[in-house]
Amino acid sequence: MNASLPDTHSSQHSRALCFAWLLALLCVVVLLAGLCVGSTGVEPLWRLLADPIAAQIIWDIRAPRTLGALLAGALLGLAGAIAQGLFRNPLADPFLLGSASGASAAVALALAGFGISPLVTQWLLRLGLTAAAFTGAVLAVFLTLSLARGVQHTLRLLLAGVVVGVVLGAFTSFLSLTHPDILQAMQAFMLGSTGFVGWSACAIMGLVWLACSAAGRGLSKALDGLALGEATAQSLGLPLRPLRTALIATLALATGTAVAQTGLIAFVGLAAPHLVRALVKTSHAWLLPLASLMGAALLSLADLLARGLLAPQELPVGVLTALLGGGYLMWLMHRRGPTHD
Amino acid sequence: MRARDLNERWLTVSTQRDTLKVNAVTHAAPRLKRLATLLLLALLSLAAHTTYAQYSVVDDRGIANHWSKPPERVVTLLPSLTETVCALGECARLVGVDRYSNWPTSVMALPELGGGMDPNIEAIIALAPDVIFTAQSSRGAQKLEELGLKVVALEPKSHADAKRVLDKIAQTLGLNPERAQQLWLATEQAVAATARTLPASTQTLRVYIEVNRAPFGAGPTSFIGETLTRLGAQNILPTSLGPFPRVNPEFVVRAQPSVIMISKRDLPEMLLRPGWAAIQAIKENRVCAFAPAEQDVLVRPGPRLAEAATLMATCLKRFAP
Repeated sequence: MNASLPDTHSSQHSRALCFAWLLALLCVVVLLAGLCVGSTGVEPLWRLLADPIAAQIIWDIRAPRTLGALLAGALLGLAGAIAQGLFRNPLADPFLLGSASGASAAVALALAGFGISPLVTQWLLRLGLTAAAFTGAVLAVFLTLSLARGVQHTLRLLLAGVVVGVVLGAFTSFLSLTHPDILQAMQAFMLGSTGFVGWSACAIMGLVWLACSAAGRGLSKALDGLALGEATAQSLGLPLRPLRTALIATLALATGTAVAQTGLIAFVGLAAPHLVRALVKTSHAWLLPLASLMGAALLSLADLLARGLLAPQELPVGVLTALLGGGYLMWLMHRRGPTHD
Repeated sequence: MRARDLNERWLTVSTQRDTLKVNAVTHAAPRLKRLATLLLLALLSLAAHTTYAQYSVVDDRGIANHWSKPPERVVTLLPSLTETVCALGECARLVGVDRYSNWPTSVMALPELGGGMDPNIEAIIALAPDVIFTAQSSRGAQKLEELGLKVVALEPKSHADAKRVLDKIAQTLGLNPERAQQLWLATEQAVAATARTLPASTQTLRVYIEVNRAPFGAGPTSFIGETLTRLGAQNILPTSLGPFPRVNPEFVVRAQPSVIMISKRDLPEMLLRPGWAAIQAIKENRVCAFAPAEQDVLVRPGPRLAEAATLMATCLKRFAP
């Protein structure tokens, strides 16, 4: 980042470590603040814990949704960093391979379907929406892969992702137009919400995040190689095909899980890796966990504001992630001036 | 551009026709004699029907439309407007409705003309309606007007709106204004009668009405909230939040409603929301789940207000202490 300093490996390392601690600290602060902010505005925790209903609200609603926001943000940040590394494109985001449109198409289909058969059992309904979103996201990625005829060609993958996104998006719009009763629910899904994230959702996201982070750690060398260009990566002896497949699988799993639990939260996946890169220049081994932490901080902060600003009303969290992340990124760009590359 | 061309051509044609008429009646040129006789006959037969003077109606956009005789071919693009036309006993004049109109069931047999957001302009033009009733928020009104059709845009949201819309539609259809007034009076009386059947303890009920699973609730200023107030029950949502606020789920838990009204389709999901099992209404199963057809009655600001009140009263009666 700073060309005048000697960019030695160890100074990079310590800088990244320091940055990671700062972000982790921010996440903890937001987590604690998240327990105090709710439908009644900001209240101190000890006063809340004295009231049994409030205590129950904190334990059953606020704690899981705050943790859920952190985890979903971490998944999206990680997925964004993987996507940008894999496609060597700074505009890549986790939804690039069609997972967002796939998830929303599946949710629209499920919502429209529930209207038809009221006999759907409770657990099926619950599994229904999150499982539908996850399945839709994963299926859309498969569709993209089959359209792109494999994982080798970056451009073909990107194009196929765009096509799948457009087609499934049109399908979703059509469904919501013919079933107007699902319009509002769909809109809520598209803007994302952590309102109904419970402990089980947190457990799922936590496990997936651990798995994806481990995978990311293993694949970070490959991402570093890919950053030098595909030809170079190949000449370095990297087995590109299995590596790309593994990266796309990790990307799809992380994105699908986050989308299924919290809806389409915009911009976290795109902005988090950029924010990290703007502050520290580092290899993917550090970028991936840092992007995770940045995504977590960004989304949980946005969620805090979404709950607090108009309490007891709630703002769509996606709007706030875009405002926060976008605003900060623009400030960074402005501060650096036009000469920075 | 094309629309304007079409419009202008249309205007030219109609001006020509007018000139023709004038020529025929005043000069009675020999070659127009036959046409003149025909026109006179037509005018006479019309005169037999029309005792109306030209009248105009100003819609919710403030745009005035003029009619020299009551519209015979009516198109509605909003379910509550369809219901209002039919409640006034003029269902027979409807020639087409939007795809969401489903009451009375007879309208389902009419041509479907798209929705408020995507009206099928071609299909509407093909029906040559004398008037189109649509929502103010709906798209397409301008286009339809450019094509020479008369659009009356009405936006019913509250009880007062429903009454105003009823009056406007009656006025547009050239009906005796008393008919609308009587219909409204009967509705009001029916709601009042329903409210009287409820025990006094209804006042202690604190109700949460969920209209959508985001969750959007119905506030006291919404149509459905107004009905609840008329029935004497309390709404857990304050007026300050507006008609349909999207609330923080914990607000509902904190407010501890004693009765919840929700659609049948959203009920199973609601019971599983984190923390909601602690709500008294859910713990004691004091939840009314409405079927889709009932939900239509409840949320549409139209003439079935009394029916909506009955549905809600039945629910409240079950749980009033």
